[in-house]
Amino acid sequence: MSQEKITLEVFRFRPEQEDNPVFQSYEVPLRKDWVVLDALNYIKDYLDGTLSYRWSCRMGVCGSCGMMVNGTPVLTCATFLQKFAPGPIRVEPLSNFPVVRDLVIEMTDFMEKLKKVKPWIIRKDNQEGPEGEFIQTPSQLADYKQYSMCINCMLCYSACPVYGLEPGFTGPAAIALAQRYNMDNRDEGQEQRMELLSTDDGIWQCTFVGECSEVCPKNVDPAGAIQRYKVAGATDWWKSFLMPWAKP
Amino acid sequence: MDSKKYKPQMGIFWWTDRWSSIKFILRELTSVAVAVYSIIFLFYVSSILQGKKTFEEFSESLKSPAFIALHCFILLCLVFHSITWFNLAPQAMVIKLGEKKVPGIVVALMNYAGWFFISLAILWLVTNLLGT
Repeated sequence: MSQEKITLEVFRFRPEQEDNPVFQSYEVPLRKDWVVLDALNYIKDYLDGTLSYRWSCRMGVCGSCGMMVNGTPVLTCATFLQKFAPGPIRVEPLSNFPVVRDLVIEMTDFMEKLKKVKPWIIRKDNQEGPEGEFIQTPSQLADYKQYSMCINCMLCYSACPVYGLEPGFTGPAAIALAQRYNMDNRDEGQEQRMELLSTDDGIWQCTFVGECSEVCPKNVDPAGAIQRYKVAGATDWWKSFLMPWAKP
Repeated sequence: MDSKKYKPQMGIFWWTDRWSSIKFILRELTSVAVAVYSIIFLFYVSSILQGKKTFEEFSESLKSPAFIALHCFILLCLVFHSITWFNLAPQAMVIKLGEKKVPGIVVALMNYAGWFFISLAILWLVTNLLGT
């Protein structure tokens, strides 16, 4: 019995070998239960052991296997081959990032931006919290829970044309995570984050293309987070303009 | 170790690849239509200051097919801009009533209602000012 096959056109960049990337085609079995990551693993195991890519959990949690599949940033562990039959399927590294090798991107810029927005609970008194636990109602949890689902897969950066054109832009995931802590009633670091995010490279760079929210595999809605941040920023500015004596 | 990296560049026509990007650029371009309308409106106001004759001449020229076509095009652009913008409003405006979050559709409808009533008020003002 002959197995149905599908062609994968895979982006190859081997810095010791070529200055510009090339596409290499591989034929892999088209199995109903296979995702793009399975196909890449098949290539690595049986066809070409030199292919490099990142992956880990295989269940949409670690956020390592993000790649461009037919021009759209996706988690390859959650994207079925069948969807693209009869093919071919073009697999490329995430857009807007420098490529280290094949499908592996350089993520240092994202990691630095993430750290800058202080994605942790900040307390003015430097105390961990009250004696015992913080009380948080289900409604208070619901305020930020959506933003806490981010798995740092960077699909949103890859989909964001603003980040592609202006690499200084803090970017969707980092701002959504800043918002995650701002919305947390245990946090008192809004002012510190606003200082950073109201600069040129912060929220105002976003032109609300909305693609970041479209591609987010966890429905975090970073575009919404940024717009809410803008509303908060504008409200703060008006308050300080109209009532300069009032404390922020 | 700092090895050689490939740095992809975005072309000027990056937005032609996806319909959602095309829609975004179209929405942004509608701002040009708003600017054009504002300029025409400023000229209209300035014609009032220049006297009755200039105002009447300008009013007459606005009745030309070219100006009517331009205004129809600007109206289309504004409707497109407003609809796509109001549909995005729930993402930016999260309203809570007590413990409950107001559904996104209600937020969008509130914007549409505001648009409708403000337009109605302007229409009333204009028709009353013109005495028709």
